[in-house]
Amino acid sequence: MAFFFKELVIGLYTGALYALVALGFSMVYGVLKLLNFAQGGLYMIGAYIGFFVIQWFGGPTGLTIPVPLLLVIMFVLAAGLVGGLGVAIERFAYRPLRDAPRIAPLITAIGVYFVLENSALLLFGAQFRVYNTPNFISVSSGIQIGSVSIDSVQIMVLVMTLVLMAGLWQLVNRTRLGRQMRAVAADREAAEMLGINVNFTIAATFFLGSALAGIAGVMAGLLFNQVSSSMGFLPGLKAFTASVVGGIGSLPGAMLGGLLIGVAESFITGYISSTYTDLLVFALLIVVMLVRPSGLLGQAQLQKV
Amino acid sequence: MSPDAQPPAAGPAGSPGPATPTVPVGQAAPASAGELASPGELAGPQVGADEWVARQAHRREYLPSVLGTAQRQFERVGWWPRLAVAGLAGAALPLLGLGGFQLQVGIDALVVALLAVGLNIVVGWAGLLDLGYVAFFGIGAYAFALLSSNQLNPPNGVHLPSILAIPIVMIVTGFIGLLVGLPSRRLIGDYLAIITLFFGEAFVEIVNNVAPSKLGGPNGIVGIDPINAFGIQITSNTGYYLLLVIVLVVTMAVLRLLDTSRTGRAWRAVRDDSLAAGSMTIPVNRVKLMAFAFGAMVAALAGTIYAAQQISVFPTDFDTPFLILIYAGLILGGAGSIAGACTGALVLMVVYDGLLRSPTDAGYLFYGLILLTLLVKLRPWRRLGAVLAAVIALGFAAHAIAGAISSTAVAGGPQSTGWIAAALRYWVIVPANPQTAGNYGYVALVCLLIALVQVKGRWRTVLLVPALYLASFVWETRLILEPAITRQILIGAILIVMMNARPQGLLGTRRVESPT
Repeated sequence: MAFFFKELVIGLYTGALYALVALGFSMVYGVLKLLNFAQGGLYMIGAYIGFFVIQWFGGPTGLTIPVPLLLVIMFVLAAGLVGGLGVAIERFAYRPLRDAPRIAPLITAIGVYFVLENSALLLFGAQFRVYNTPNFISVSSGIQIGSVSIDSVQIMVLVMTLVLMAGLWQLVNRTRLGRQMRAVAADREAAEMLGINVNFTIAATFFLGSALAGIAGVMAGLLFNQVSSSMGFLPGLKAFTASVVGGIGSLPGAMLGGLLIGVAESFITGYISSTYTDLLVFALLIVVMLVRPSGLLGQAQLQKV
Repeated sequence: MSPDAQPPAAGPAGSPGPATPTVPVGQAAPASAGELASPGELAGPQVGADEWVARQAHRREYLPSVLGTAQRQFERVGWWPRLAVAGLAGAALPLLGLGGFQLQVGIDALVVALLAVGLNIVVGWAGLLDLGYVAFFGIGAYAFALLSSNQLNPPNGVHLPSILAIPIVMIVTGFIGLLVGLPSRRLIGDYLAIITLFFGEAFVEIVNNVAPSKLGGPNGIVGIDPINAFGIQITSNTGYYLLLVIVLVVTMAVLRLLDTSRTGRAWRAVRDDSLAAGSMTIPVNRVKLMAFAFGAMVAALAGTIYAAQQISVFPTDFDTPFLILIYAGLILGGAGSIAGACTGALVLMVVYDGLLRSPTDAGYLFYGLILLTLLVKLRPWRRLGAVLAAVIALGFAAHAIAGAISSTAVAGGPQSTGWIAAALRYWVIVPANPQTAGNYGYVALVCLLIALVQVKGRWRTVLLVPALYLASFVWETRLILEPAITRQILIGAILIVMMNARPQGLLGTRRVESPT
């Protein structure tokens, strides 16, 4: 049973990462009907930003500022810079294609991901960068439930994900910006006629979605320690899987899908074999998409003619 | 409604159907043979405008005087003389005495061209985004490897003659293509893209992990037979080059016939509006599956020749970056056009695999491309002259100032070789430690390029000057030293720029499509 809970905890925090990236996918897909492949690249950039913040303040062993302040700086910087990068990408690569056939922005998004990954390779080199989290946040600082120990980084990731999720939910459902986002998602032209600044709304959506990916990147660095230029591809793919399983365009769906994929993955790794984890996760996705293409919490869309 | 009253597979009125029937008899220039890029800016056809009108407007844009006459005469030539001439020219290339390296580049380029032509069926004609396409290439290569090596049934292995092995592999892969295409019955667009992307990932995982005694795991399969039939074996690279030229020409001819057939028209109708196509009694699902199967078969054919030429196959040969390379070739040439797919892939591969490997050629290519773009895009001549003069002045001034402040700031010297380096010695700043400066320069260049696209009019010309200088700076300090990464960035940039600036590719035809 202890093994079960251990795997469950691993699944939950990996799932939380997928959920954050998946939220970005889902939001962008909601307003633009665009599958933003670049999300995985933004996640990777976020992880690098976190790494450089640690180096800037003295490295993992000789920090010059208290750890909580360091974490705040890491998350805020990653969210702000990656969010800004997302907005820039939208203006540069996606905006001219807004009325193009569906396939064009998709291919552009693949190109953007490719440029991001290889730019990171050019700028930061091929070697793995290491966060060395245990050097400044003790592994034993967490809580112990029975024989299962959860360290404080893992707790922080789970709590932060929940808080961000709740905040996003409030933002989308309770604020003016959220209402504009939903209006643009429902019908862009009608929203424009009603005086909504569509460009601003889309830019804001990109900012939020990308910032979430950046935050997830920092969390990944803290949890798994290693950062590399190719680290974004598989998580990006799985986050997309998560948002589809949950129902693309639905925020609770993205959250649920992320946690499901994370837990499924860790159970497959724990109980079956780590060799086939990715294969089985993809198989799971294919089954879900064939049985219920609109996802678990999504609504089936009628095709407009 | 009686079945023999079935209309040709054109889209409904108002919707952009294929314009094949509307081409005048005298000008039998097919869409797929490609029309020359028209100079100058054209206001793109508006959604809702008839495609025929758009096409005629495009057609009227001929070059002035003799050039225009030549252009018109060229368009009168049918597709098969053009293909034959191109094929003969390609086959005659080794006579010029290509070295081993050039021949290998040619072989790789031809394989990618074959793949791009096959991908064009699925993406360009049927409009299905298949991101697992490279897996069919891999399946073809692995299946051929299994049937022509010691891997199965040791110690003697299975050694089928290629004349038997290649059709078997193609049929099997075509069938797998049908199976992979099955989700396309229910899923469209992005969902299909992601399912097929997973299929591609799954293929790499499977050959890496499943049955290592048969598939070889990460070590791949080695010792594959050469292509052999009727007692003849192809062992030299020249032989493979010629074989690939023949296969490519035959495939293109077959596909050209397919393009203008009922099936080809049905594909394009489904791409443009599957709902309308369905209501015009086109069996949409069957047509989609056919596209997948045909694409997979062409990929498998390419895979068999690739495996035989390489003598070995490894899982990493069929990874996502290779898929993106094929896509870049197709997009560069123009999705939807056979000639475009082939030309785009050939040009891209010669640049990617050949020129960018040698620093000297890469330098010529980089500066040549920049100058050419400026020549084409910057009008009037005064503006072009002013920009070039400003860039040159800026460079010498910056170099003189940086040199006066600190001698290490210019100690590096350009990393290019030959006369380019000599010409740039006192122009571009290269610090003693170019890496850090180059990295900052790269980030600045990306920011500047984004800004350049945003601003309009005079400011764009003004910003162009520092952007050009910075581009040269980054090239000399960083990019030329990392050819492997530069190549990948180039591929991504091609996808982004082509989609934004010229979605129909270099040779593709303008297509009016309603956004969905």
